[in-house]
Amino acid sequence: MALYYKSAKELAGMLSRREVSAVELTRAALDRAEQVEEKVKSFVTRTPDLALAQAEAVDRRRATGETLSSLAGIPVAIKDNMNTFGVRTTCSSKILANYIPPYDATVVDRLNAAGTVTVGKTNLDEFAMGSSTENSGFFTTRNPWDTSRVPGGSSGGSAAAVAVGEAVISLGSDTGGSIRQPAALCGVTGLKPTYGRVSRYGLVAFASSLDQIGPFGRTAEDVALALSAIAGHDRLDSTSAPVPVPDFTAGLNRGVKGLKIGIPREYLAAGISPAVREAVLRAVEVLVGLGAEAEEVSMPHTEYALSAYYVIAPAEASSNLARYDGVRYGVRAGEYSDLVDMFSRTREEGFGPEVKRRIMLGTYALSSGYYDAYYLKAQKVRTLVNKDFEEAFRRFDVLVTPTAPSVAFGIGQKTDPLAMYLEDVCTIPVNLAGLPGMSLPCGFAAPEPAAGVAGGGPTAGDGNGLRLPIGLQIIGKAFDEETVLRVGHAFQQATDYHKQRPALDAKGGARQ
Amino acid sequence: MQIRREDVDHVADLARLSLSEEEREKMTRELNSILGHVDKLNELKTDGVQPTFHVLASLKNVTRKDEVIHGLDRDRALQNAPSQKSGCFAVPKTVE
Repeated sequence: MALYYKSAKELAGMLSRREVSAVELTRAALDRAEQVEEKVKSFVTRTPDLALAQAEAVDRRRATGETLSSLAGIPVAIKDNMNTFGVRTTCSSKILANYIPPYDATVVDRLNAAGTVTVGKTNLDEFAMGSSTENSGFFTTRNPWDTSRVPGGSSGGSAAAVAVGEAVISLGSDTGGSIRQPAALCGVTGLKPTYGRVSRYGLVAFASSLDQIGPFGRTAEDVALALSAIAGHDRLDSTSAPVPVPDFTAGLNRGVKGLKIGIPREYLAAGISPAVREAVLRAVEVLVGLGAEAEEVSMPHTEYALSAYYVIAPAEASSNLARYDGVRYGVRAGEYSDLVDMFSRTREEGFGPEVKRRIMLGTYALSSGYYDAYYLKAQKVRTLVNKDFEEAFRRFDVLVTPTAPSVAFGIGQKTDPLAMYLEDVCTIPVNLAGLPGMSLPCGFAAPEPAAGVAGGGPTAGDGNGLRLPIGLQIIGKAFDEETVLRVGHAFQQATDYHKQRPALDAKGGARQ
Repeated sequence: MQIRREDVDHVADLARLSLSEEEREKMTRELNSILGHVDKLNELKTDGVQPTFHVLASLKNVTRKDEVIHGLDRDRALQNAPSQKSGCFAVPKTVE
């Protein structure tokens, strides 16, 4: 197996035994990016010089006999909405096209302390608003399984980079599904931790009561390694929770015997493609075969979560994005008549259509006369959605659902904003409740015909065995990422969906 | 609830977005479509339900000791400014 496709766990062993140096591993990842980046376009900014300098430092420290973290020397990619000191951080927005952060986000700080190697900053939907990276102010990232399709979003660049071997681990952020849905569409493993588990300091804010940073990897074990490095209380984020952080890799092998799995029937209802539904139910059978007990459960408020989210998230976004005024940082409009005109033109020129739409929606929902009808109502409905979870978790250890309603869709296929919002119907309730959720590959399906969309029909590979990944979502109790990871690891020990690699540069779906 | 073109004009002003004529027309249609979906919330009775503004109910009034800690120095704070003058952010004149 190519070095760049090995797991962080395996690479950590090779590095510590000096079978490979951090510089060699870093060169393998950089060369891989050189080879595939033109097709996939995962990165807004690549940082080869920084990566090699960091790798050399790791090799020097190891040569002195220092005991290093298991992530030391591992190539990582960072979503371009997390601040990196001295490295441009754009949020894939024209308004921040020239922004050079004067400090590191806490997660970046912690990865640096662990000795990881930063290979670049990954593309996203502008300000993390979207489910395809098509809303990026710069370009659309391609799905490595079929480059005519989207990688999902908003953390599409981070998911694609790990799927295609440009990085071993990456960081994403998830406000309504932005880690889990691209993980599903790209066939990798991605975890949104419990709200408060990981510091948001230095993450450019979208919706502050929902945003959470989490890792992508090609195995649940790698995700556990990465989470162990970034989790924990941070005095710079007052919403980071002062709770103990376990070693998330410690309990991975405990198995699922006797574990109680709930299958919320509302998540398998209308709108979920038959192939996805079948794959999820087959995955449950695998877990039952390993000794878990599964039972259906009803969560009646699920169907209201999306509506509540599309009031709450834009409301918080409209407030957070008020800071982009062309005064302290970012791109200022070239011509204006006075101060207010400068604000309005800067924002008009700097923001893309989806960001403007959400700012408008949020400003409206918070405006005088509509606050009670929309914002307060949505926050009350959020309480009801959360109560469904509370009740379910009295009976079950984890809940299992699809991550996304279908496999990756074609670039340009979803033009109606509402159709795009429905991509996150299975992931949004988890953010409203602040719970941990992980997506991992659980099967493959042929692309679905895009009904009624001109030019969105069968693409190259249809009927020729093109298979696209399907994601399984495992939802856990608050601060119980350990059980979520344990279920994911058990599933991956029994299946090989996560070992499939996209046939980007080989014919016929290379099986590793 | 229907959102009218006047509402879009008012909200664009509040949000400091100088939307073009075309954007305003499109925004009116799209916001109505999204809000039509959001109106689904009214199917639920929420009398007496407490709103959830934040899920970390155990966290209240997070404070730190009132001590001076090092922040960004001035040059770094100004390094991304589109316009600066005499160690300050420079903006168009706001008072005569």
